[in-house]
Amino acid sequence: FLATVLLHLHCLLFRRALTHEYPEFVKIVEVGPRDGLQNEKEMVPTGVKIQLIDMLSETGLSVIEATSFVSSKWVPQMADHTEVLQAIHRSSHVRYPVLTPNMHGFQDAVAAGATEVAVFGSASETFSRKNINCSIDESILRFEEVICTAKQRQIPVRGYVSCALGCPYEGPIESTKVAEVVKRLYELGCYEVSLGDTIGVGTPGSMAKMLHSVKKEVPSSALAVHCHDTYGQALANILTALQMGICTVDSSVAGLGGCPYAQGASGNVSTEDVLYMLHGMGIKTGVDLSKVIEAGDFICKALNRKTNSKVAQARGDYSVHCHMKKINT
Amino acid sequence: MGQKVRNPESIRDLTSEELQGVLSGVGASAGKALPQRVKIVEVGPRDGLQNEKTLVPTEVKIHLIDMLSEAGLPVIEATSFVSPEWVPQMADQVEVMKGINRRPGVSYPVLTPNLKGFQAAVKAGAAEVAIFGAASELFSKKNINCSVDESLQRFEEVTKAAKEAGVRVRGYVSCVLGCPYEGQVSPDKVAQVAKRLYSMGCYEISLGDTIGVGTPGGMAELLEAVSREVPVDALAVHCHDTYGQALANILIALQMGISVVDSSVAGLGGCPYAQGASGNVATEDVVYMLHGLGIQTGVDLPKLMDAGAFICRSLNRKTSSKVAQATCKL
Repeated sequence: FLATVLLHLHCLLFRRALTHEYPEFVKIVEVGPRDGLQNEKEMVPTGVKIQLIDMLSETGLSVIEATSFVSSKWVPQMADHTEVLQAIHRSSHVRYPVLTPNMHGFQDAVAAGATEVAVFGSASETFSRKNINCSIDESILRFEEVICTAKQRQIPVRGYVSCALGCPYEGPIESTKVAEVVKRLYELGCYEVSLGDTIGVGTPGSMAKMLHSVKKEVPSSALAVHCHDTYGQALANILTALQMGICTVDSSVAGLGGCPYAQGASGNVSTEDVLYMLHGMGIKTGVDLSKVIEAGDFICKALNRKTNSKVAQARGDYSVHCHMKKINT
Repeated sequence: MGQKVRNPESIRDLTSEELQGVLSGVGASAGKALPQRVKIVEVGPRDGLQNEKTLVPTEVKIHLIDMLSEAGLPVIEATSFVSPEWVPQMADQVEVMKGINRRPGVSYPVLTPNLKGFQAAVKAGAAEVAIFGAASELFSKKNINCSVDESLQRFEEVTKAAKEAGVRVRGYVSCVLGCPYEGQVSPDKVAQVAKRLYSMGCYEISLGDTIGVGTPGGMAELLEAVSREVPVDALAVHCHDTYGQALANILIALQMGISVVDSSVAGLGGCPYAQGASGNVATEDVVYMLHGLGIQTGVDLPKLMDAGAFICRSLNRKTSSKVAQATCKL
């Protein structure tokens, strides 16, 4: 697709910043409304979800994962998927991918108006079996159907690979195994594959090693990183990924979505904190940080919880930090 | 508690050629390999506790320091010989110095803002002291009521006396990546202050991102400027995690040759300039990253986490360390 080429154009531009080369532009994939809310204990009313997505659409984000067409038996928080997709105000500058674990979900998604979908593979056999009740191979066969049909309908498909830096059951995962799964998803037709550090155990060394293997099979322009901040390593891992030529980063407003494997631990990295780092480095994102903070504020009030974003916590005291806005907006 | 932290994939299993290949892929033109060993300077008992709202009993401080010594930390900032009028949390400075169990090979520096403090410190048995300069004039005036130059003159008295007494001096520079009053701070100004402290006799200069506003680009620029004036082996970074940037900033610093990192157990010590915001980076999270990179620290992470759990119970507060939060329930 020409669209696919355009999706990766930003990856061609790099700038040298002192000792390292960094992308000029990084695309943020906002997963708060789906990955975030799906992993929150509180059930969120449909109206609140819609408002959150609408607020995020006004921030400059170009990709917002809206919902998941998975059976409401498994994921009750996403039971209102059709309603959400149909009620959100779709900005012309934004894409709204939805998760589709199988053909059934894909068909429902298309019927509801989805124009982009996502499929989720795993680099760990045990995780695959425990999470979606089948082997990696079986899951890929399932996705092949979805991807083929999506291709025919000119609907782009994004692939995710979970446990890219470690598995809660198997422990360390061979980077060559990750590369294998990524390659398969890419060759089947995913325009982009997001590498997920599902339990946040990765560190810059394991990130570098994994990307080194994966880049041998798939171009960096088709890769994204989805780092969890469970061990506080997310920004360091993202920085490493940028140094290795990755220019697409997944994150979640207010750091929504705890880690399902370690109670009380954090999960997704906060979009606000990622933006702060990128902007501070002179990397463009097109996103307005203050507006994301507002959206984060909104959803945290609705969920009656504190934000996980350090930037949002610090910025809460605007009077003291108002000159800091001059340095890092 | 007491479960081992799983650090599933480390690059230790690579051959050395593969390792160099991978690491040089990280920061292709850095031209520098990551250090094999990093010295952690644990500031929790001083910088951490000084900035906590709850006053901590002397025995608790002593026990904390002893636990940290057992965890393998090579440097533990024990207390501050500053007037208790200004810093009541450090009023028991002499008692703490005399009460701790000093492990051989471990250094226990104490803060000494002036000659008087220095003399009291030496009398109480201090073998290493620290002095604090600022890279911002306004911050210096607001914090210690004098200009940067005046403060450096004061410190010169301390470094002279320290030389005579055979006591080592560590220098700190605050506001290196931004000031709560002045906003942006010039890397050259930081370099100048660092140079003066180094020429006075400080064996090491710790560069403090006091309000945590720095990001990796700014850190790289800063270190480039400072390392022109002070050898990189004599530099340390003291990053605050107020905006979540600390580990990323530390990583960049390592890539630029820094091998000394300040941190605070459990991330003790909030940011005094932004209420409710975090301050010091948590030692547990730093050690997790370093060990994951195959870098040696000599620190036993589970024992460190025990120390963190202890002090958090005593302070009746939650840990600010993500590693501690994650592993306690697994």
